[in-house]
Amino acid sequence: MMDSFFARALIAGIAIAAMAGPLGCFVVWRRMAYFGDTMAHSGLLGVALALLFNLNPVVGVFAVAAAVSFAMLALEKAPGLSTDSVLGILSHSTLAAGLVLIALTGLARLDLHGLLFGDILAASKTDILITYLGGAGILLILILIWRPLLAGTVSPDIAESESMPTRRVRMIFMLIMALVIALAMKLTGVVLLTSLLIIPAATARRFAPTPELMAVLAAFVGIAAVVGGLYTSLWLDTPSGPSIVLAAAVLFLASLAAGAIRTLPNRHRMEGRDND
Amino acid sequence: MTENARVLLATTNLGVFRHGRWLIRGIDLTVRAGEIVTLIGPNGSGKTTTVRAALGLLKPDEGTVHGAGQCRIGYVPQKLMIDRSLPLSVMRFMRLTGPLPKSEAIAALGETGTAHLANAAVQDLSGGEFQRVMLARAFARKPDLLVLDEPVQGVDFTGEEALYRLIGEFRDRTGCGILMISHDLHVVMAATNTVICLNGHVCCSGSPHSVAASPDYAKLFGPQVSDTMAIYQHRHDHTHLPDGRVRHSDGTICDNHHSHGDHCDHGGEHGGEHGGPDDHRGLSETETVTSGDGR
Repeated sequence: MMDSFFARALIAGIAIAAMAGPLGCFVVWRRMAYFGDTMAHSGLLGVALALLFNLNPVVGVFAVAAAVSFAMLALEKAPGLSTDSVLGILSHSTLAAGLVLIALTGLARLDLHGLLFGDILAASKTDILITYLGGAGILLILILIWRPLLAGTVSPDIAESESMPTRRVRMIFMLIMALVIALAMKLTGVVLLTSLLIIPAATARRFAPTPELMAVLAAFVGIAAVVGGLYTSLWLDTPSGPSIVLAAAVLFLASLAAGAIRTLPNRHRMEGRDND
Repeated sequence: MTENARVLLATTNLGVFRHGRWLIRGIDLTVRAGEIVTLIGPNGSGKTTTVRAALGLLKPDEGTVHGAGQCRIGYVPQKLMIDRSLPLSVMRFMRLTGPLPKSEAIAALGETGTAHLANAAVQDLSGGEFQRVMLARAFARKPDLLVLDEPVQGVDFTGEEALYRLIGEFRDRTGCGILMISHDLHVVMAATNTVICLNGHVCCSGSPHSVAASPDYAKLFGPQVSDTMAIYQHRHDHTHLPDGRVRHSDGTICDNHHSHGDHCDHGGEHGGEHGGPDDHRGLSETETVTSGDGR
């Protein structure tokens, strides 16, 4: 089964969706969608630097994404600039730096589609091994830091004053985000990866009564999008990456419709209580 | 309480310098077990900054903080913005920073009158409801030190007195220390041991009675002092407070304000400029959510 490129794409995609779903929940809860985007964009600079110094691209992408996330933490405190603007500056300048560097070194020909959507159909057995090992490690760390990370998401002040290691946990979260981006960049590119972070989490929100269930559900929604998108691309002979993104978007729209029906009877009650 | 009770939190010469100015400076405060310390002061006087620095949430630029790390803290911040994308029920919120048996969570919610909201999403609560839930969460932690940043904001006036009473009872029952920010000196007085009046620095501090009688307090709260005179005057026709609330006053408090007013000589001079009580008299009891900040 591992011999078929399609099966390898499925297996690798499932692992990426399984780690992106729960992490994506925190991205959504913490209103960091653009932040994740910026880290992903910086990945190209990581690829370029890895080529330049003859490193494994995973290492290069991880280093640059982690550096960008810590730069963000530092710049958050800079007065006079909104976080949005800082993210915009970092996102596009690192992307441009990556493009220029790749052109200058002439080490690789730039494939725009590959940059945006990766090439999941090119997943090798090594890719699968790295993705599964890394994914298992990432999910394990996420479980270990779950309570302080969630508490810090709800209120950093409460969490910190009640002796939760908020700052350390936020650093760890940034590092595992960088690791996910590094692990997935080759297979998913920038757009498919950020889609797998955000869309399944947003889809799961409609049905999840607790943060924990939302994380689990987001993983399964992501897996469904990968499977659905890949089979659709096989069936209609469409590009695989965009097909997965579209499958995720279709699931999201379906959840909106289902959610609208579910909340109809509740609406009146909620308005009645909101009278303070 | 007693001078030899355990010190839970102490700051020495605490100062926070931000954006080219000292937000607070030279703040000494001590909270002992079983003691309620209340910070009062006008807007921007550094009440929240002081509390945040004392809790270690802000790095002080001057001075030292002792004790915050050593005791179990329950914290009720002034404001909380929780994204709607986070599915968080009241019950789950109760367990935010540590495990808690369901029965204890319900009991704590029951104390603040919110047990019926246990399964509601926190984002669906009104300001006052959420304030009660945050207080219940802090109670349920069984803290050594309870830190409350305007714990009754958004709570309607009958509930407000009940919550202050509850906070006092919680202290009596558990022997915890409480550091509280409040703008309602006249309400806070009953249970508070020490009032610290801030205006960037410690303007005056001591027992509620001595603070209310202090000339520094009178200077800082000039118009307000005469407002509290108005409380006294309106006492028998159900007092209209300057922030729009209506309250049946506590006799001892009013006596105190009265004697304070005698030597502060604010009796009539601010009548024209503040006009507070009359302006707000039309407000109903439930409209007090933000009006307290208006001063």
